[in-house]
Amino acid sequence: MAKGIRDKVAILGMGCSKFGERWDAGPDDLMVEAYIEAMADAGIEPSQLDAAWFSTHVDELGTGKGGTPLSIALRLPNIAVTRVENFCASGSEAFRGAVYAVAAGAADIAIAVGVEKLKDTGYGGLPVGNPGTLAPQIIPNGSAPGNFAQLASAYRAKHGVSREDLKRAIAHVSVKSHANGAKNKKAHLQKAVTVEQVLNAPMIAEPLGLFDCCGVSDGAAAAIVTTPEIARALGKKNLTMVKALQLSVSNGYESQYNGWDGSHFHTARIAAGKAYREAGIERPREQISMMEVHDCFSITELVTMEDLFISPEGQGWRDVLDGFYDADGGLPCQIDGGLKCFGHPIGASGLRMLYEMYLQLQGRAGERQLKDPVFGMTHNLGGAPASNVCSVAIIGQEGA
Amino acid sequence: MVGIAAWGAYAPRLRLSRKAVTDANAWVAPNLRAKAKGERSMANWDEDALTMAVEASRDALGADDDRSAIDALYFASTTAPFVDRQNAGIVAAALTLEKAIASADVTGSQRCGLAALGQALAAVQGGAAKRALVATGEHRRARAASSQELDNGDGAATFVVTADAGAAEFLGRGSITDDFVDHFRGADGEFDYGWEERWIRDEGIVKLVPPAIRKALENSGLSASDITHFCFPSTFAGMSASLAKTVGIAPEAVRDNLALTLGEAGCAHGPLMLAHALEQAKPGEVILVAQFGQGAEALVFRVGDGVEDARPTRGVTGSLADRKVEENYLKFLTFNGLVEWDKGMRAEKDNKTALTTLYRNQDMILGLVGGRCRETGVVQFPRTRISVAPNNPAIDTQEPYRFAERRASVLSYSADYLTFSMSPPNHYGMIVFEGGGRIMMDITDVEPGEVDSGLPVRMVFRIKDVDEKRGFVRYFWKAAPDRGVLAKNNALAAE
Repeated sequence: MAKGIRDKVAILGMGCSKFGERWDAGPDDLMVEAYIEAMADAGIEPSQLDAAWFSTHVDELGTGKGGTPLSIALRLPNIAVTRVENFCASGSEAFRGAVYAVAAGAADIAIAVGVEKLKDTGYGGLPVGNPGTLAPQIIPNGSAPGNFAQLASAYRAKHGVSREDLKRAIAHVSVKSHANGAKNKKAHLQKAVTVEQVLNAPMIAEPLGLFDCCGVSDGAAAAIVTTPEIARALGKKNLTMVKALQLSVSNGYESQYNGWDGSHFHTARIAAGKAYREAGIERPREQISMMEVHDCFSITELVTMEDLFISPEGQGWRDVLDGFYDADGGLPCQIDGGLKCFGHPIGASGLRMLYEMYLQLQGRAGERQLKDPVFGMTHNLGGAPASNVCSVAIIGQEGA
Repeated sequence: MVGIAAWGAYAPRLRLSRKAVTDANAWVAPNLRAKAKGERSMANWDEDALTMAVEASRDALGADDDRSAIDALYFASTTAPFVDRQNAGIVAAALTLEKAIASADVTGSQRCGLAALGQALAAVQGGAAKRALVATGEHRRARAASSQELDNGDGAATFVVTADAGAAEFLGRGSITDDFVDHFRGADGEFDYGWEERWIRDEGIVKLVPPAIRKALENSGLSASDITHFCFPSTFAGMSASLAKTVGIAPEAVRDNLALTLGEAGCAHGPLMLAHALEQAKPGEVILVAQFGQGAEALVFRVGDGVEDARPTRGVTGSLADRKVEENYLKFLTFNGLVEWDKGMRAEKDNKTALTTLYRNQDMILGLVGGRCRETGVVQFPRTRISVAPNNPAIDTQEPYRFAERRASVLSYSADYLTFSMSPPNHYGMIVFEGGGRIMMDITDVEPGEVDSGLPVRMVFRIKDVDEKRGFVRYFWKAAPDRGVLAKNNALAAE
């Protein structure tokens, strides 16, 4: 087996734009915003960048295909720019590319930038995409919430949880994230909400109401990575190291073979298992200090707690209701507000998750700062429960 | 004996309350209040003449999905979705009939359903076909506040015609052709344009139908008094009784024309009444079915000893029982494209169909054919070169496997209020099949609260999308509650 990525690459700097309905900004403005912060944090000049990875999902809305949108927006010095796209996990994919380039020795310093400008459609929710020529002739006329909502019916059926209990548990997921988001000035949604508000919100896709769905936001995030040696040479101390980077991709097992029960993410369990091995983590519930998971919908976050082997299978909803994942709980989750409140500009989200873990590990999370975190985990999904890509990344303190 | 070996019928589950219509329209058409009786069948938004004909045909052909014996197909409708693309070809693909069959669309008149049946009988008699399928379906549109809107119904009926038919022996046919224009709909016309009803009745039906009936009797070697079931669709009250009297058919032979329960389903209505008669007739009884339309068509059958065995699962009897009353007239108008409503920006997506993709995947899209690995027996949808079996991804081992007649149930679902739907919320979910395989698909004919994991479903052939810009209708299969299984489960639970 490969030795893995553990402790080979350090994060030199990160940046993240304000997320939200950025009527004032196009994709270029958002990329520049994240880039300037990341470059200032890294303390380097553009000429020191060897290569760039660029993630964006929806190219119909004008950010564009290829590497040129990033290179032109940032006026990069004609370096290699690779555009990556892996649904909502595109940001993690850009990070993976940059980290691998550094680990391979092909680049000394590489940058990953993710962006999405979603609020140019004229309507709420995600843009209606172009699914090609075959899919629209057979797939249901659905939406992201409708696809993820199906986890709920299958989870209830499998674990014998009542509609009411599950609805209450997923409501708590959102209430917790809103409380966290209220402490984040870059977040799209910064207002706390009550369980009653969540339970009584308009239905979007049964059983998910408005507050069970994450923000559809504009935003960009960036990470600059290098070797620990170069980082130290540039004067950095207390390095934040990459501990694990795993990606698992559906091969049709869930959607075409009668094995998967519809209540969980097959890929997440595979990626999480590999990531723990890569990072040398044996007891994730105790060892992981904090995490940012792909809470596109409240039910996704709930089942993910089990897929990441933090909560026992069928018990995630109880941990949620017990406050285990709250800011003051056993394993704080979505401490920056998550996709739910920080927002979900698709191509940027994976990098945004890493941004919060990085700030926390660096002790720079301000009002949200957790005490002495060692390992931060991000979980970034793309696609739908029956067919998806799942990225699990772990970053942590040097020497941990 | 040449005749009917099997039959099937379909009426959509929704039944529009006529009172709901006349109440809504009383301000503009108070005279229609007299028609506020009973209900009419109402196609769901995703049903049309063709999808209903496919359902009736599946009812006639039964659960056995080996349909290789069918060697001819006639599809009759005046409301087929395509004017130039053979509609029968779509029916054939949906039913996974063989490619080497004869087929034709029969259209142009309200009697084209019986005309198609007559042609099939002649083809089998003449030896040109051995086992012919005659599928009829109709989904007529009418202007809001018209009497046609109240009179019409939507439905379909199908017959299997063979030379060794046990259900009904074909005895004779009578046809009259006369360009009596009681109504017409031009090639680009949206709605019928009709002439005065009294003229249609007195100069049309009264004068043109009896000669057809007499000719059919003469060709059958029977007299009118031999007829025990007289089927004649008409929206004029008492018309069939009066015709029976004219030609000498006994009054008790005159059958219910289903006006109060289904409405008149155009060219499929004579066939529907014939199917209904077969479901109630006893061996030895004689059925005469006739229909008017720029002339008239009449067919005579003697019910055979095999009629009981041939009775379909659903038929007209089952269709009448499987009903849900719709009181919302606006929903009917919307489903029939009579209201310009705000569909929202999500409905703006282009529904252009790649015809190359459609043809390349024809059996999958229209026939719901997947694959079965001949090495592992693993069943999957769609069929692929490399098997999905996790422990044995065998290459090039898959044989076509039909899913349409397999029982299935819901694994997971949602009712989606965000996505565009003609009948929100759009239900869809992961459907798992007995015998293997699963498909994420739309769920139709359901109300909010009706679906949950474990719900038994059956496959139905429906409209997937309509490309209004180019006039193309896209079809695929959907899951609908298997109400037969549900009823059995409920009965078991009650015990």
